[in-house]
Amino acid sequence: MRLTLHVWRQATPRDAGRFETFDAPDVSEHMSFLELLDVINERITENGGEPIAFEHDCREGICGSCGMVINGRPHGPQDLTTACQLHMRQFRDGQEVWIEPWRAEAFPVIKDLVVDRSAFDRIIQSGGYISVRTGSAPDGNAVPVPKVFADEAFDAATCIGCGACVAACPNASAMLFTSAKVAHLGLLPQGQTERWDRVLGMVETHDEEGFGNCTNHGACENACPKGISVDYIARLNRDLVKATLRARPVGAKDA
Amino acid sequence: MELNAKIPSGPIAEKWDNHRFEMKLVNPANKRKYEVIIVGSGLAGASAAATMGELGYRVKVFTYHDSPRRAHSIAAQGGINAAKNYQNDGDSVFRLFYDTVKGGDFRSREANVYRLAQISLNIIDQAVAQGVPFAREYGGLLANRSFGGAQVSRTFYARGQTGQQLLLGAYQALERQVAAGTVAVDTRSEMLDVVVVDGVARGIVTRDMLTGEIRSHVADAVVLATGGYSNVFFLSTNAKACNVTATWRAHRRGAGFANPCYTQIHPTCIPPSGDYQSKLTLMSESLRNDGRIWVPKKEGDTRPASQIPESERDYYLERLYPSFGNLTPRDIASRRAKEMVDAGHGVGERSNGVFLDFSHAIERLGADAISERYGNLFAMYEKITGEDPYKRPMRIYPAPHYTMGGLWVDYDLMSTVPGLFVIGEANFSDHGANRLGASALMQGLADGYFVIPMTIGNYLARVKPGGLDTGHAAFADVERDVKGRMERLLAGNGSRTVDSFHIELGRIMWNACGMARSEEGLKDALQKIPELREQYWKEVNVPGSGDTLNQSLEKAGRVADFMEFAEVMCWDALTRDESAGAHYRVEHTTDEGEAKRDDEHFAHAAVWEFKGVGEKPERHTEPLEFENVQLSQRSYK
Repeated sequence: MRLTLHVWRQATPRDAGRFETFDAPDVSEHMSFLELLDVINERITENGGEPIAFEHDCREGICGSCGMVINGRPHGPQDLTTACQLHMRQFRDGQEVWIEPWRAEAFPVIKDLVVDRSAFDRIIQSGGYISVRTGSAPDGNAVPVPKVFADEAFDAATCIGCGACVAACPNASAMLFTSAKVAHLGLLPQGQTERWDRVLGMVETHDEEGFGNCTNHGACENACPKGISVDYIARLNRDLVKATLRARPVGAKDA
Repeated sequence: MELNAKIPSGPIAEKWDNHRFEMKLVNPANKRKYEVIIVGSGLAGASAAATMGELGYRVKVFTYHDSPRRAHSIAAQGGINAAKNYQNDGDSVFRLFYDTVKGGDFRSREANVYRLAQISLNIIDQAVAQGVPFAREYGGLLANRSFGGAQVSRTFYARGQTGQQLLLGAYQALERQVAAGTVAVDTRSEMLDVVVVDGVARGIVTRDMLTGEIRSHVADAVVLATGGYSNVFFLSTNAKACNVTATWRAHRRGAGFANPCYTQIHPTCIPPSGDYQSKLTLMSESLRNDGRIWVPKKEGDTRPASQIPESERDYYLERLYPSFGNLTPRDIASRRAKEMVDAGHGVGERSNGVFLDFSHAIERLGADAISERYGNLFAMYEKITGEDPYKRPMRIYPAPHYTMGGLWVDYDLMSTVPGLFVIGEANFSDHGANRLGASALMQGLADGYFVIPMTIGNYLARVKPGGLDTGHAAFADVERDVKGRMERLLAGNGSRTVDSFHIELGRIMWNACGMARSEEGLKDALQKIPELREQYWKEVNVPGSGDTLNQSLEKAGRVADFMEFAEVMCWDALTRDESAGAHYRVEHTTDEGEAKRDDEHFAHAAVWEFKGVGEKPERHTEPLEFENVQLSQRSYK
């Protein structure tokens, strides 16, 4: 099939940026979307240009590196699919394809389709863990976890940190990302001790980093390649209310 | 080059305990005076950094990713072994040790493997306490499954995403230390060389991938946790950025490289679909628990699977290995698949695969049970191929996946350069000539959480902290080297892209040093590689400049190192004139077509010393002594 690609090009963070158009004359339906970009990049390089910068690594939909808005939708048209796992059979001959970086104040563009997502690491630093010193753990079977909780925690833990939720949200909120970690750890018996500090700390950093508030659009869930449910945001809000109403716990940043 | 493995004395079960008592300790108040650099943030690097930060060392982590969580450990699917014997099916530390030594075709160091089996118990406990959501039974206890090369169920798993969940556990522990101020993480920062001062590793030189700035970093010890080199084949299951640069540069500075020819070809990957193919996707080995592998008996049979009657199918692994069946170790399963395809029994449009069929399991257990076990893998397969594995068998074919070879280390995981430690896939230590499934995660975490934080103290306690800064001439020299290389890559205005060279190198390596190796093929490759390397430096075209994000330049540096490394891999495969595990020399097979070892001449680790680019490296050996396991021809029949 033949496609026309309009790709966002931006040389530096301060550059205004613009779309550049490429003709892709012989696209195989078995190619992945990133392999299409590889082919375009080889051609650009051979013609003396500078290839399109985009993040990618595992190309198996698990590392969370890749991410671009394809025809207005984070990761493109297929549900539950990262850009690297999107294959060209999802497109049709003659189609125009618009490719853009994640757009959010908290994710500044570095170059072309590459953005800075380090804010996610800082949210995790603010409580997205269980404090357990190496070597101090009890036997793995000492604390049984009901399968239903284990499964629900697992569903939340499948977040790959790609940032599609932020790109999809009209408020550029990272509540789906944050709530997935709060739920993963909060659903497990091991995560109870730090449950209230965790939600306060993570939400505080979320806000400081410039992500917007959640106003229940649900666009994040639709865009999430792992199908993480907005129910986790509701769960986070319940925990946040409880945590806020309790005495200000030791360890919260402004305690 | 001196190779003293420093294996502790005493019976094998007591070596680690004895050693932990004998090792020197660093006083808690003194730990913060020591600075440790860790390169890489996968399972080994992240767990080591978190643990050493907790202990009180000042730790600096470097990763070329935008976040430590992206490291390729994240992609491991199937599981992690541990000798917990929760299934009461006869497992023990000794059995895990035995299976691992046997699975490695008797080419690993007994003492290291035993320690690994012992520590496997602690890893599971640690991960559970961190909130890693392992699969559980309805009673709330941990579930297990079986894996290739073992007859007990000792594999712990988190659906098909075990690596992801374990890495996130280690990553979160690491970020906790970042918040505590004990660990600093330098992201988008690629290590391009090691700095050795008076024969001791004292730092690294990195390139800031956003600004191009070349920077020196000083420390009291350097730990490489930089993974494997499967991407020398271009097409592999590794992530695109995985490379040999860190270990190769360390090798050039004096670290011996052990057994580079031991590369694992994983039997269950999706076959390539076209020339644009950028990587190969693994389908977890755990699928072999319920999937049955077969090919049509008739050569060139192009009928769809559903139209081939049972009587015309060859379930060749079940036929050849009745007791292990579809769960034979990876090297054997891969080789047999290649034989079937080479003999004209390949399936699919390009006749380049074998079937992995779930129809019997779905009939027996129902589609829901299969989905519960492998749902995400089935979904991934369908996305990539457009075929529904619930309705028709998967097509699979072997692909480069893991490298058992790596920098040589002693029992304390220190390389031949004092102060330079190597952990995880980057070292050579535990898997011999073939790694069993679900053992990579085990080794990465054993090294990172439990071994290096102890053994590095044994080294640091003997050296004075600090006393050096990056103003030392050794740093300036290395920085100059690194800058020179970058400039040389950018200066060329050739006509070929980096990838086109990488693809060509990969093809040479796959044909000569892939699943089957011969003297003739390897000698031929040793002619071709230097020619290709010369051409590379003349004709490669690296666009853009060095002072911004330049992904072509990053790739170009990595491929340049693969071009040098490929030679020592072929030398190793050529000199190891036997077959062992994944190293299959066509000249050395048993009557039944299995790898035939030569214990008299090759029961050793081969350790290579760098002698200059294009010069023949020098081969040294560490004899392997087997006191607890009887050397035998592996049998999985």
